[in-house]
Amino acid sequence: MSEVTTDHAPEAEAPHPVIAPVVDRFPEARWEISDTEWLVDVDRAQLSDLAAACRDAGFEVCVDVTAVDWYRSRRPRFEVVVNLLSHQHRRRLRVTAGVPADDPTVPSLYPVYPGVNFPEREVYDLFGITFEGHPDMTRILMPDDWEGHPLRKDFSVGSVPVRFKESHKVI
Amino acid sequence: MDEAPGRTVSADQETDTQYVEEWVSGTEVPDEMATGEGAQEMALQESGYRFREQLGAVVTDDYLYEEEVSEDERMIINMGPQHPSTHGVLRLQLELEGEMIKRCKPVIGYLHTGMEKTAETLTFMQGPTNVTRMDYLAPLHNELAFSLATEKLLGVEVPPRAAAIRVLMTELNRISSHLVALATNGMDIGAISMMMYGFRERELILAFFEKTTGLRMNHNYIRPGGVAADLPPGWRQDVANILKTIPARLGQYDDLLKENPIWLSRTQGVGVITAKECRAYGITGPILRGTGVEWDLRKVFPYSGIDQYEFDVPVGAHGDVYDRYRVRVEEIIQSLRIVEQAAERMPKGDFRADDRKVTPPPRARIDESMEALIHHFKIFTEGFRPPPGEAYTAVESPRGELGCYLVSDGGGKPWRCHIRAPSFYNLQALPVMLAESMVADTIATIASLDPVMGDVDR
Repeated sequence: MSEVTTDHAPEAEAPHPVIAPVVDRFPEARWEISDTEWLVDVDRAQLSDLAAACRDAGFEVCVDVTAVDWYRSRRPRFEVVVNLLSHQHRRRLRVTAGVPADDPTVPSLYPVYPGVNFPEREVYDLFGITFEGHPDMTRILMPDDWEGHPLRKDFSVGSVPVRFKESHKVI
Repeated sequence: MDEAPGRTVSADQETDTQYVEEWVSGTEVPDEMATGEGAQEMALQESGYRFREQLGAVVTDDYLYEEEVSEDERMIINMGPQHPSTHGVLRLQLELEGEMIKRCKPVIGYLHTGMEKTAETLTFMQGPTNVTRMDYLAPLHNELAFSLATEKLLGVEVPPRAAAIRVLMTELNRISSHLVALATNGMDIGAISMMMYGFRERELILAFFEKTTGLRMNHNYIRPGGVAADLPPGWRQDVANILKTIPARLGQYDDLLKENPIWLSRTQGVGVITAKECRAYGITGPILRGTGVEWDLRKVFPYSGIDQYEFDVPVGAHGDVYDRYRVRVEEIIQSLRIVEQAAERMPKGDFRADDRKVTPPPRARIDESMEALIHHFKIFTEGFRPPPGEAYTAVESPRGELGCYLVSDGGGKPWRCHIRAPSFYNLQALPVMLAESMVADTIATIASLDPVMGDVDR
């Protein structure tokens, strides 16, 4: 995810002591540690391990799990975004992981953060990304028999044509 | 089968003996035991032991169940989605064992209208119109989260007056939202007066909102770059009236509920959750503070200059329904403090950023300036184009952390607009709170969560 633009350059000096153990453990992840925001992009296979390491480093709350569909503008197509929060250090960390379109699966964070139960179901429902290891991977917002995943970019917004009373005469 | 003599009908008697079913009055057998007391008479014909037991002279426990209730005794019932106390279209699947809740599963999605998908078809300028309809009890907080995210993408700073107006309006909105929470919480447990009182005071604030924004709800008032309009003439009088009225009315609520024994027994020790569970399930807002965690985004990650105001973060201790109720009452008092300070030190100046690519020009300039007319036209037809990037901003809504994750690809519309809805996450606390509790406490617990289904389903 090197093309993500932020208004700051990655710092050259050593990272913050809170996050340093995790940075050392996952050196191959793309870290962007600045004064205002901490971002990291990992391979999806490492997502669960990284989350567990972050939890042990003090990020005890998983605030949010969502996804972005880059459709044709980026590869891999999907990106799972996890927002972590540390109450004790008063810091946020945003973890992203790319997910290819032909195999949209990610290891679930449920064993690490049980609070991702609903949001992971929401991402599955709206994007069709399956979280492996989630205890209840079912639709949550859409009806159970719905076809397709609405927040994908190739799912059209749809509209109901309005038919006025005299419209057939005009044409 | 032992039948009375004379009633037996055998095959050979069938022709000459007929069994009469009709009841002819006067033919009843006289009851030797009958007295004038009729049915109220104590049953003397039972054994003497049973008689003494009924008198209380002998105590036995043979009526108690000795054997364990088997798994088959469990019952699964639906509560909702059309239920007056589920605060919208929330459906709960409850697995009961007698009166005890063993498992609970919230079923949501009945109010899903795809607002995040809709947001991708609206410009950044139209975005607040959409997000304000999510949490319809705290619409200004939704608009604020979206506007802050857009401003972060754009790199725009709002002038001090706009920030102060935002603080004033969102804190008033917090009061009105908490008043509804108290009102519905009271109504669900049976304190009907509380509902009347809560909605009465909320009306004061909604009237001020209508005067300022034009609408009682779904204001579309806080927009990227500032606010839609300046405060109306006479706003100081209205705010002073609110500041004078509500503290006195809060005293009435305390008289009604604070030490009411029925209220205490229905709320204390009910729906308990611990701080550790709150962190594990991503629960924020008054529920988290009710467990004793002093976590308020206004203090930790301040926005709109709210760190310049003096206020405290009220916390509970036990994490039960009563503590959440107290936290909400105390937060109303703290919000009143902020409103008072905001009204006192309301800075002069413009109410929106002086960036003509982001905010529309003043109405008077359109008549005299060609550039102003072009800017006005461009903003309202195609909006503005933030640089590509991602921004996550969070505000402390009455229900907890309300976040907005915006992704821009450089176009005029958000590539992705995700709202981190606090009610959606707080609802996950319900199975934790309801496990091994009584059915009747479900109502009190749901009300103390204060879920807004528009926020949950989006």
